[in-house]
Amino acid sequence: MTRAAPNPFRPDPIRAVGRATLALLRGIGAVAIFAARGLAAPGFSPRLLAEQLLRIGWLSLPVVGLTALFTGAALALQINAGGERFQAGDVVPAIVAIGMVRELGPVLGGLMVAARVASSIAAEIGSMRVTEQVDALVTLSTDPMGWLVTPRLWAAILSVPVLVGVGDTIGIMGGWLIGTTTLGFTSQAYLANSWAYLETWDVLSGLLKGAAFGFIVALAGCWFGMKAGRGAAGVGRATTNAVVAASVGILAANFVLTGLFFT
Amino acid sequence: MSAPVIETRGLCKSFGPQKVLDGVDLTVARGESLVVIGGSGTGKSVLLRTILGLESADAGEVLLDGEPASAAVRARFMRDFGMLFQNAALFDSLPVWRNVAFRLLRAMPAVQARTRAVERLARVGLGPEVADRMPADLSGGMRKRVGLARAIAADPKVIFFDEPTTGLDPQRAAAINRLIRDIVTETGATAVTITHDMTSVRTIADRVALLDHGRLRWQGPVAQMDKADDPVLRAFVQGEPLDWGPRAATGPRG
Repeated sequence: MTRAAPNPFRPDPIRAVGRATLALLRGIGAVAIFAARGLAAPGFSPRLLAEQLLRIGWLSLPVVGLTALFTGAALALQINAGGERFQAGDVVPAIVAIGMVRELGPVLGGLMVAARVASSIAAEIGSMRVTEQVDALVTLSTDPMGWLVTPRLWAAILSVPVLVGVGDTIGIMGGWLIGTTTLGFTSQAYLANSWAYLETWDVLSGLLKGAAFGFIVALAGCWFGMKAGRGAAGVGRATTNAVVAASVGILAANFVLTGLFFT
Repeated sequence: MSAPVIETRGLCKSFGPQKVLDGVDLTVARGESLVVIGGSGTGKSVLLRTILGLESADAGEVLLDGEPASAAVRARFMRDFGMLFQNAALFDSLPVWRNVAFRLLRAMPAVQARTRAVERLARVGLGPEVADRMPADLSGGMRKRVGLARAIAADPKVIFFDEPTTGLDPQRAAAINRLIRDIVTETGATAVTITHDMTSVRTIADRVALLDHGRLRWQGPVAQMDKADDPVLRAFVQGEPLDWGPRAATGPRG
């Protein structure tokens, strides 16, 4: 029995799905290998790590702090407005605290770091690539992964949980500000209510999320920076892709981690 | 006789449908200064990048010090290697002296490396006041000279120069050409230079190779370059205007 020759003009959905799946798996594999090499590349330099801790951690503090302050304050107003419908206004401090440390602190902090840091890493490494600085590292017997990627990955993994911790505290203080000035709580009662229902795991899970989100942000910035195309357009595309990938990655990872931690 | 420092056998490289290197056989002997000439887009930079492993060859072989260029062989080769990039490729985040002393900082204390960097800057005509400036604060010509200082900082045995005089005024270009020649003569380093500049060719080269449409069209001692019969070489050397025919189609890099 002979088989008919495939018609090149007829769409073949099965083949298209197969190609797309293989491309996706190849992409995931490539990113996984890149991440593994990035975490353990030789040439670790404490000076480079300290530089990146300053840039990723310390310099992100204002934007993460402001975001947390406004979010905590808005959360207190929302919970009060919603809670009053069934005479539950007293739960404002506890829900603000739990909401901040479990969910909003890590997610919003991560997204702010993604906007600020993933773009900056992708732009910096992408520019280095198009101006042959990455090639220059190779000719100077220096592994670009160890010089560029490793310090950024570890700096983000170490500093974002600290940022989340600071953000959580500032967010709770944002709620406290509204609670004591607008909602009629005394300072002592608000803080006592906040701590009363907060468990260690609530805080710890948020910090673990922060470490995962930091890793995702730095990985997206480094990956797209190292793969940047030629010229200013290539760097621009790398920057946009890094921010989009980091943001979507954070939201997806948050869903997965929340499922793992709390179900 | 010792093995050539660099040898390529049938090196091929394409970017999409564009064949940039089409079977390049090249040999660079120890201590010689080879200059590769050719029109824009004929694959000169790709040839250098493929030798260094910055681009992977589609076919053919690269031998470094007589051995096939595996990762370990390349790593050993790079330990005694310096390169001046076309646009200098200085690290924007480091001051000039750290750029120059980049390799030295792994082998000696920072104070000593800085002293050596300042000496190398002086050799390329830059004063010590430049040492603490950032690359972004330098003119194009100064960046090029800092790049040259970095390339020679650790007294490498092999040096690649990618368009060493592009962007320099004629006097500085002449000084750089003379310096490259002096370094090669004094240190016995092996040098491979890519250039369009015929003054550079005549100053720097022991031997010249003409790359045309991805193949080595002519190679020989620089003294024979002007006497050669090859019409493409003669047209290039004499700077005859290019005929914009279909053969002018070029690859993505110079």
